[in-house]
Amino acid sequence: MRGGTNPGESKQARYNQLYAKGRKASALAAGVAAPQFTLKTTPDQAVSLSDFSGQRVVLAFYPADWSPACGDQMTLYNEILPEFQKLGAELLGLSVDGVWCHAAFARDRKLHFPLLSDFEPKGAVARTYGVYRDGDGVTERALFVIDGEGIIRWSYVSPIGVNPGAAGILSALEGLQEKEKQVAA
Amino acid sequence: MKRDIFSITEPERLAVPVTRRDHTQGPADATLTLLEYGDFECPVCGMAYPVIKTLQHNLRHRLRFVFRHFPLTNVHPHAEHAAEAAEAAGARGAFWKMHDLLFENQDDLEDEDLLEYAAALGLDTAVMLAEIEAGAYARRIREDFMSGVRSGVNGTPTFFINGMRYDGSFDVDSLLAGLEEASELET
Repeated sequence: MRGGTNPGESKQARYNQLYAKGRKASALAAGVAAPQFTLKTTPDQAVSLSDFSGQRVVLAFYPADWSPACGDQMTLYNEILPEFQKLGAELLGLSVDGVWCHAAFARDRKLHFPLLSDFEPKGAVARTYGVYRDGDGVTERALFVIDGEGIIRWSYVSPIGVNPGAAGILSALEGLQEKEKQVAA
Repeated sequence: MKRDIFSITEPERLAVPVTRRDHTQGPADATLTLLEYGDFECPVCGMAYPVIKTLQHNLRHRLRFVFRHFPLTNVHPHAEHAAEAAEAAGARGAFWKMHDLLFENQDDLEDEDLLEYAAALGLDTAVMLAEIEAGAYARRIREDFMSGVRSGVNGTPTFFINGMRYDGSFDVDSLLAGLEEASELET
């Protein structure tokens, strides 16, 4: 369910406040090499960032599986996969949930992209990207767009309770494509 | 294109303005335009449906209501065909009648149900079935969906009041307050 009982303004203020605490965490910014990782996606399969060398990658860290469907970030991105792919990007979802939880969530939502499990040691990959929330035990709601060379070209940390949608990702991917065209010309 | 990584989410604006292409109810020159990105199978949109009716009743000619499709097809397996049925009806001047029937019968959105609603509206069910099966309106529905994505829509329903995203709750009083606030800005 979306929409709480508070008016929009105070809700936003609450998120901002929550979020201000997170500002100490230093999410990696554009221009930095994306830290390498290998994480399980199912009990017997793993994915490495290096598997996508030469391709753009959208890395979407989110706090937990099982947000209500109508407002869920992964459910939304699942619908936008064709546009991500048209822009040459692979989407990877990432949370601290275990592989069995991911499997059940992915089946329920009919997700067509991998969910990576940053489970053991918990949040280790999120820490290397500067988006682990100590004390809460979950990752930030953070987006990274990585180019074919493995360089972070755009990143964004959303207030943890706010699904950031996909407008920023699409703009970043288009910007990347535009720049590469200019270099090629 | 560099963005501040810590920027707080800005209030989102509608990326694609309302045009003749849109399905609208109420006068084109109304002071207030309420636009919904919705999904006929989304239970929260179903709850918002009578709320919109009440707002329309209360505000009358001051309000224009616009509906754009935002079907989450993987979690709502009937949403795409329902949207196509609405478009097929719309091509014959009956978009809003179908829109209402779909929200009033959210739990019955199988293809045969859609055809039953079409028949009730006096539409040619054979033509409609053929159109739905061919995905005749799929492109238009996708255009609606992507215009929502570009406007920062992150789930359903998402409302915009005079082109600015509304983030409050979906009850009559809250939405009315949001609309009145926009109305004050207009004057």
